[in-house]
Amino acid sequence: MATVSPDDQFEAVERTLVELREAGAPRLAELKVELLGRKQGLLTQILRSLSTLEPEERRAVGQRANQLKVEIDAVIGQREQELRAGESSGEDVDPTMPGRRSWRGAIHPVTAVIDDVCEIFRELGFSRVTGPEVETDAYNFTKLNIPLDHPAADMHDTFYLSPGILLRTHTSPVQARTMEQHKPPIRIVVPGRVYRRDPFDASHAPVFSQIEGLAVDEGITFVEFKAALDYFAKHFFSADTEVRFRPSFFPFTEPSAEVDVQCQMCRGSGCATCHRTGFLEIMGAGMVHPAVLENCGIDPERYSGYAFGMGPERIAMLRYGIPDIRMLFQNDMRFLRQFVE
Amino acid sequence: MNASLNWLSALLGTELEPTDVAHKLAMLGAPVESIEPLHQDLGDIIVAEVERVERHPNADRLTLCYVNNGVEVVEVVCGAPNVEAGKRYPYAAVGTVLPGGLKLKSRKIRGVQSNGMLCSASELALGADQDGIMELDTDAPAGTRLLDVLPVSDFRLDVEVTPNRPDLLGHKGIARDLGALMRRPVKLPPIPGAAGDTNAPVTTTGNGVVGGVEVSIDDVEGCPRYMAAVIEGVTVGPSPDWLVARLHSVGQRSINNVVDATNYALLELNQPMHAFDRARLGGSKIIVRRGGEGEKIKMLDGEERTLDSSMTAICDAHTATAVGGIMGGRESEVSEQTTDVVLECAYFDPKRIRSTRAALKMSTDASYRFERGTDLQGMADALRRTVQLIITIAGGSEPGPPVDVYPNPVKTPAIFLRPERVAHLLGVEIPQKEIEGYLTSLGFSVGPKNGRLAVHVPGWRPDVVREEDLIEEIARLRGYDSFPTELRPLRPSTVPSDPSQAAEALARRVFTGLGLHEAQSVSFGPQREHAFSIGESVESQDVLNPLSAEEAYLRTDLIEGLRQSVNRNWAVRERDIRLFEIGSVFGKRGDAEVPREQRRLSGVISGARRPAHWSESGPSVDFDRWDVKSLLDEAMRVAGIAGEVTEQDGRWVLRDSEGTWLGWAGEITMSGPPWAAPVFGFEVVMRQGVSRAVRFEAIPSTPPVERDIALWLPAGVQVDQVNEIIGKRGGKLLESAQVFDEFRSAGKRSVAWRLVFRSPDRTLRDKDVDVVLNKVLKELKEQLGVERREA
Ligand SMILES: [Zn+2]
Repeated sequence: MATVSPDDQFEAVERTLVELREAGAPRLAELKVELLGRKQGLLTQILRSLSTLEPEERRAVGQRANQLKVEIDAVIGQREQELRAGESSGEDVDPTMPGRRSWRGAIHPVTAVIDDVCEIFRELGFSRVTGPEVETDAYNFTKLNIPLDHPAADMHDTFYLSPGILLRTHTSPVQARTMEQHKPPIRIVVPGRVYRRDPFDASHAPVFSQIEGLAVDEGITFVEFKAALDYFAKHFFSADTEVRFRPSFFPFTEPSAEVDVQCQMCRGSGCATCHRTGFLEIMGAGMVHPAVLENCGIDPERYSGYAFGMGPERIAMLRYGIPDIRMLFQNDMRFLRQFVE
Repeated sequence: MNASLNWLSALLGTELEPTDVAHKLAMLGAPVESIEPLHQDLGDIIVAEVERVERHPNADRLTLCYVNNGVEVVEVVCGAPNVEAGKRYPYAAVGTVLPGGLKLKSRKIRGVQSNGMLCSASELALGADQDGIMELDTDAPAGTRLLDVLPVSDFRLDVEVTPNRPDLLGHKGIARDLGALMRRPVKLPPIPGAAGDTNAPVTTTGNGVVGGVEVSIDDVEGCPRYMAAVIEGVTVGPSPDWLVARLHSVGQRSINNVVDATNYALLELNQPMHAFDRARLGGSKIIVRRGGEGEKIKMLDGEERTLDSSMTAICDAHTATAVGGIMGGRESEVSEQTTDVVLECAYFDPKRIRSTRAALKMSTDASYRFERGTDLQGMADALRRTVQLIITIAGGSEPGPPVDVYPNPVKTPAIFLRPERVAHLLGVEIPQKEIEGYLTSLGFSVGPKNGRLAVHVPGWRPDVVREEDLIEEIARLRGYDSFPTELRPLRPSTVPSDPSQAAEALARRVFTGLGLHEAQSVSFGPQREHAFSIGESVESQDVLNPLSAEEAYLRTDLIEGLRQSVNRNWAVRERDIRLFEIGSVFGKRGDAEVPREQRRLSGVISGARRPAHWSESGPSVDFDRWDVKSLLDEAMRVAGIAGEVTEQDGRWVLRDSEGTWLGWAGEITMSGPPWAAPVFGFEVVMRQGVSRAVRFEAIPSTPPVERDIALWLPAGVQVDQVNEIIGKRGGKLLESAQVFDEFRSAGKRSVAWRLVFRSPDRTLRDKDVDVVLNKVLKELKEQLGVERREA
């Protein structure tokens, strides 16, 4: 016994003290004996050994032992109280009573869609970049081959802040900004907020999100463009999702395409959601227009690419079956709680 | 664009099926939004001849008709006053379902069996009744299907036309695309009753004269080409049934034969045309010139509008009689009295039309088409067809050939297409013959030249201007679905991911973990001049063209949107509200300047701190300011910001060393329902480009020594000041110092700390700790007058 130093003994007491704070009722009783037992109690032993120490050390050890005694008493008292509160009586425990919970929060369903989309494109080598929400005519329109004096500009009903300065109508300006600053190969996805002068109704909002994507490299073809978006759709929806490409028009792509996926509601057999077509339009896309490459200082003879854009709100509405886009902006706790994972 | 399936069928010379056409158009890039059946429910109605009419034996007002239905003669009781023997009427046999769903039964009317029914126009949903049943002007034998003599049944397709394809705004253009896919030629259907050909226009670069009217172009930029025909001796009146049916089928009203003829040309050939009454053109002149500043014109819609020099006016010798490409004037309108018509067929500059219709705030069928670009080369054909149509249905004749004033004839250069470029962009080798086939089927003329193809673009495709446009046409006709999907090895992107995205993702993880829900509010907000949360006096950025007064400014902070969300939640009796939002806020810099834009993280909490649990009876413990203070700490950490937190008006305000505002936290005063809990909020600036490198530190192998000390803090001394001294004097051995208790007695305040000491390389002895602790206590006493409270 004499070989055990007081420090080691204290350490043992402190270890037990830690266990004490969490102990259940039976163990608590055992630990009480282990610590304070009249014969073998750890603390009892320390106090008993005081007489064998040098006076100076005796005082220090004694002080520490007394402090510990006070703490042990307090902890035991608290623990006993906790245990009494947890179980009204030892023999009458109803194990079906609910456990103690914490609040859980959730990311917004639109964020969840954005993250999932960006993650799939990350697998295809796309980095995730952003840009300002306030833009100029040049970046929002003209560099993207949308002349303001052409009816194509009417596809974007724009909020202006002052002449030439506007709230971006798509995240495509980041395409131009990126191509001006980086040399190909470029692969980016650009999530962010965009603005259109559409009043709120069940399917329109003046503010919403968009994810724009751009790939520019040597030798990118229509085949690769289709493959990338097909890969995305099959990974985002399901592996057996049918994907359809239809010709369309966007000033910044040529050829342009609408990308449809098999309706997720009816699996292609036709329902109200897909207007009986069996398909849902999920994005606009196409091969980057050579004029856009030229406007950003990239040689279209050497490089080619593709671009695409989609609306996370719309996709979230499809994915979760949300009937009204306004719900996504009301921050109703009853709505947001449903997205806890 | 409303398209009639019958019209398309006529152009392609084959019976088309509506859903098949819709699918084909979708795959050509012009999806069909809706298919509306028109009078398809008249299929069972037949033409019947009334052979004999007798008085009904039991009713004065009724007749008993002997009706030949092509198979037999049946007795039909009829109540119409206009029924006459020897005439033909629509007849519905017993068992026929009439429009509206009524199924005809055989029944006795006043004691006489009636076998079916002679129908009025309204009973067939063909318009208002004139004077009873619908008399048919036809020689078709009894038993013929009504729809075979009355071409009203059709399908109306609502075709979505993208702004690059003006040609699809006419039936011929749609038929051309369909024909290219179906390998069928497009031929204009003959005009019923047309006889003879019309005169080809005579082209001149100077002024031209036709039928005594002198035509000149002054504003060549606004109107590069102007054709006019004159038809003398027309009789303005109703249009024939087939033309009325055509117009109805696309949802247009018949006006009179001359106006209907111009509308027909617009809908068929996408060439807007205008008819003037020659008698009302002063001085027998048409002058195409720029509008005079402030010049007034009363237009066809009855409104007076003011012109300026950016617009093109069509004028007679004295005054403007039409706004070129937009709408005609009231003065020269064709009316019942008109006998001589001047027919205008012009090309107006798309950009000028766009600015004119924007300035006049009016869009017409004509302006819509001119703005997108009409067919500069197809004008003569359109004019001649319209002249032929007018002469056929309104009579009259041409005094001479039309005039074609074309001062600067345009020659469109060829586009060169490299077959290897097609493969380079599309990723599939397409044989040259196949490429030529696609392009010629769309009306492009193709000739090989030095290994390339020289392609001439027809006038109706102003959108095709470079090689890639042709490549799109090839891909479109070949079918996008015919291309394989094959991923090739990827070269990594040179563009790094934006660090803000990782920072925002971390913020979301942290705050959802703390039980808050991510919110999303609109980016508009109230006007502010000294927004508390942006710190400096930052002015709200206004929107030039807001949707409403509530959305006239951009938000200067996120907390306002969250505050409104709290109100909305209270309105639906939600008491426990925990929201955070990450988004951009804006501050005005100056007029015509790009506003300041800043990413922010903000949150609100109100209500129970934890979900209620049965073991803790009694009222729930609600969030208080100390909860939001710790949220501010978390926010600062994830936002990558640091600075000095001071108290200001009961809130914590965070500023950097230069005094720039970085965030705040505290209680938000709101008037909620009586059961609502207090609301606390915070908002911080998200620093961009933070790298949050965590470094491992060796896990201590030595035991800690804990000391609890309780201190009396004199009035005015704050915990932070004590912490500073503890930290400084605690030296290397002090591992942590946590406040764990506050106690007040007789106006004195005591705060207790738990200090943990540890040495990395040895087990500390009490005396080591005492030395440090004494230094701390000594300094606290000297500097702050802080004394140790003895137990
Ligand atoms: Zn469906």
